[in-house]
Parts: sequence; structure tokens; C-alpha cells
Amino acid sequence: MSRIDVNKTYKLFIGGAFPRSESGRVYEIKGADKKFIANPALASRKDLRDAVVAAKSAQPGWANATAFNRGQVLYRMAEMLEGRSEQFINEIISLEGVTKKAAQLQISEAIDCLVWYSGWCDKLSSISGSQNQVSGPFYNFTTPESLGVVAVFAEAKPSLLATVRALAPVLAGGNSAILIASENFPLPAISLGEVIATSDLPGGVVNILTGKASELIPWVGSHMEIDGIDLTGVSKKQEEELRLAGVDNLKRIFRFSNTDHPERILSFMEQKTIWHPIGI
Amino acid sequence: MIIDGSEKSLRKFLSELSPVDQVGAEARAAMLATRSIKTSSKAWAIDIAISMVDLTTLEGADTPGKIKTLCAKAVRPDPTDLTVPSVGAICVYNDMVRIARSELDSIGGNSVPVAAVATAFPSGRASLAVKKIDTQDALDAGASEIDMVIDRGAFLSGRLMEVFEEIRIIKELCADKAHLKVILETGELVTYDNVRKASYLAMLAGADFIKTSTGKVAPAATAPVVLVMLEAVRDYFALTGTKIGVKPAGGIRTTKDAIKQLVLVKETAGDQWLTPDLFRIGASALLNDLLMQRMKLRSGHYASANYVTVD
Repeated sequence: MSRIDVNKTYKLFIGGAFPRSESGRVYEIKGADKKFIANPALASRKDLRDAVVAAKSAQPGWANATAFNRGQVLYRMAEMLEGRSEQFINEIISLEGVTKKAAQLQISEAIDCLVWYSGWCDKLSSISGSQNQVSGPFYNFTTPESLGVVAVFAEAKPSLLATVRALAPVLAGGNSAILIASENFPLPAISLGEVIATSDLPGGVVNILTGKASELIPWVGSHMEIDGIDLTGVSKKQEEELRLAGVDNLKRIFRFSNTDHPERILSFMEQKTIWHPIGI
Repeated sequence: MIIDGSEKSLRKFLSELSPVDQVGAEARAAMLATRSIKTSSKAWAIDIAISMVDLTTLEGADTPGKIKTLCAKAVRPDPTDLTVPSVGAICVYNDMVRIARSELDSIGGNSVPVAAVATAFPSGRASLAVKKIDTQDALDAGASEIDMVIDRGAFLSGRLMEVFEEIRIIKELCADKAHLKVILETGELVTYDNVRKASYLAMLAGADFIKTSTGKVAPAATAPVVLVMLEAVRDYFALTGTKIGVKPAGGIRTTKDAIKQLVLVKETAGDQWLTPDLFRIGASALLNDLLMQRMKLRSGHYASANYVTVD
């Protein structure tokens, strides 16, 4: 006798929980072979609003964790991803239509990417900070500090690697993130939520929304509580819309090339200068 | 007269009150909380809610400086937008009343009343003599509203006349000088029946307002408790023709919470109670959220906490 399929309901990831969309909507995902795969949630602007509230309240705790501790947590994410790689292999193969070998390679690269950024956490202030000479009896230091809440639009493909590559640097800098998963390739991003939920990352530091980027973009751009946007996965036309909507509120908006670089972390950090009297 | 002032008639009246249907009250409160409020009603609700806020600070660490910033915020909650109404009142400890009153008067907030928490707030554990001095002190300092706590210990052990007399005596002190709000501290009364009973007891003894909580005990102003109290003032009005106000306090932090309270008021006591004279919300963090939601409605985009004051 054959068993009935027990399929996964792909839901959102907000504030450490996995809710359905507030709107109750879903949309259909088809694989590379045009066959139905899943009905993930179609997030609304109110889901985005909830995600921002969660991200904003979780961010100070994450930023105040020691850089060393943040590195440990990112490394823990890599460990968890390694243990769940089977699940990701299947999702990547059915979505992207690649070979098993290519899928495995993509997952390994994503894991290595997390490990690489975890190492950067406690070294950033050494490469980007400085001790400045001033004309007075003061020590004067400049060190990078987290920006706040960052919205992340990762590239669609390679689905898992592009997601991790965009998310890891935002987290390494002590920011909280709202990841808007690619519309057509969202499954690895949602499963990454399950990895994150078991990685000692405080709830709300990462929030994952699925659905149509075009619907969320005006709200992301104009939301005064979002401090930065990585729009690497956004089209040129949508980019213009985002930048226009964000013009009133001093957002840091960046598009990155498809590489790992500490500059990706520092883009979402601010330099803070501290004066301290010498001899005290 | 419903009662003749004797313990016997008070006991008789309170014991004949019908018990609260717990499941029904909770279900009705939950049902009313799901109502969807659309844009123009929401804009109205936010403004009326702002004008009903009793902007409160009741901390051991309160300083004159903090009271003054609170006063400024009470008069003009959003200095960048003069269409925002002033709040209903400032609520502070006794020793801060004079500072608050003179600050409000000097910045054009003459119409904003100062409420003082008196009678050994928050526990109410002091002798009647002390409670009287406490209240007189607040009145002398310029308080025009007195938020008194009832002796929950006496109420729970059945010494109803003691509670009644205490409220009556404090009301006598207030006379025409101040409104009297009676804090039931519903979180310590445990059952809805007790809340109903205490509400009537306070109203019979002369309260102008009945208030849920001190804000120092959880649970505070839960929706079913507010519902029971609103039913009590509605029925008391039908019985006597006197309108008593209601003030939920504690745990109301978001605009959503505040609007849920307003829906409860409208659907239970009726439109006449949708005024700062008969409904107040004791809160501190709530005001910022109301302002942020107001900004959102005006500008069309979500607001940030960076644009409202840190209190």
C-alpha cells in the first residue's frame, strides 16, 4: 500500500515564528519541469509591517551581542545548514532543474559563505576602524556600528547561495534583516528560515517573506523604520521605484556584484567616533 | 436612593447583582476586538484616543525634568503637527503635582488637568488618616483629578462597608475641587463577579470614574474586564441617571489596543461615552504609537519610532 504524501506547507518566518500570510493568500510555484511544487504564502504589506516590528525590536539585542558571539551564531547556522543539506538538494533540483552535483556544490558554497562571514564578525573593526590623531590629549577611535533594519532582495538564482550571500553580511554587521525571497525560487529561502530557527539567532533578527516583490517594493521603500536595502535581486525598473519611495528617509540602498566581500558588511554599518581622555 | 447608606442595604444591593457570564463576556470582548476600522473612522478614532489619554508616569525615578517634558508632550503631542489634540490629563505622583500644574500653565496647557494618584498608591496599605492627608496634599498642590486605590484586602475579606466609607470620605475631600477616579485593581479582584460588585460599590460611594488598574499589577485592563465595567456604568445610568466614567489603564500600548477599547465603549455604554469626560485611557507608551499611526495615515507610508520623542 502506498502512503499518502505528507507535503510541507511553506509559510512565512516572522519574529521567530512561522505564520501564514495575514491576507490568507498563497500562490503557486512550479518546478523547472512545469510541474506543481508548492503553494507558498503571498505576503501582504501588513506582513511586511509585522516583520519590521519584529526586526526593529530584535535588532538592539543582536547588535549588542559581542562580535565574537555573532560569529559563533553565524557558524552555527552553517552547521545547521550542513545537517539539512538533503532537504535543500531536493528543493534546488526541482526548482532550478540542475543536476544533483550542481545542487550539492551550491549548498557547499552557501555553507562556506556563512563560515567566511562568521569569521569577519570580530575582525571588521580592525580593518575598517581607526585610531585617529587629534590635537589634544584624547584617544580618538572610529569603529563600525550596525545600521538597524535592512531589507534584502536576493537574486533569484542560484536560489540558496544568492540568499545566503545577501543575508550573511547583513547579519554579520549586527543588523536585523527582512528577506524578501525571490518570487519564483522561494523554497530554499523558506527552508533557510527553519535553519535559522534552530541556530541560536534571536527571534526577529531574520524575517522571511515570500510573494511578489512588485507588491512589497513601494512599502519597503517608504517605510521609515527600514534603514537599508540590498536590492541586488531587483530589476532596474523596480530599483527606480524603490529609490523614489525611499527618498524621504535617508535609506542606504545598495546593489552588489555577485561576490563575497567585507565591503558588503560595511555597507550596512555606520562609523562611530569616540573620544576618550588619555590617562584616565 | 438605591441604598440608604447602611451596611445592610449595601450588602443587599451588591448580593442581588446578577453574576457575570464569564464565557459570554470573554466571547463578546473577543468578537468586538475583531472589528475592522477603516481609514476615515480610524483617523477619528486616533484623534479621540489621543484626547482621552491620561499621560502617565508613576516611577520611583521620576524627576521634575521628566515631568516637564511630559507636560510639553501632553499639550502638543506632536510639535510638528498642531492639528494633534492635547491629551486628556497628566497623571503623576503627589509630589509632582505642583511642578506639573505650574509647567502646564506656563506653556499654555491650562486646560490640561493634573491627576494625582493618592491614598497610598499602588497598594492602598495605609491608615485612613494617612490616605486623607495624602489626598488633601494632592488637592492643595493643584490636582483636579484624584486617582484613589481601594483597599483590595478589605474588599476580598468582605469588609465592604470599610471600602465604601473610604471612597465616600475621599470623595468628600474632593468635593467640587476634583474628579474622583476609583482604581479597583481588577488584577487582584480575580473574578468578573468581583469586578462588577466593586464597580457598583465605587459608584454608589460617589466615584466619578471607575478605573481598572494601577498599572503595577498584571493582568491589567483586559477587554472582558473593561466590558464588565462598561456594562456597570451603563446599567447604573439607567438606574440613577448619573453618568460615571471608565478608565482602563495598564497594558494598552498600541493604537490597535486603543481602538479595540473604543469599540467596546461604543457597543456597550454607547456613543455618549465616547468623550474624554467619560472615558480615559491610562497609558504612557501608547501615545507614541498613536502619533506614529497618525503619521502613517497622513503620509501614506509607515512611520518610524525615530520621529517621536523618547520618554
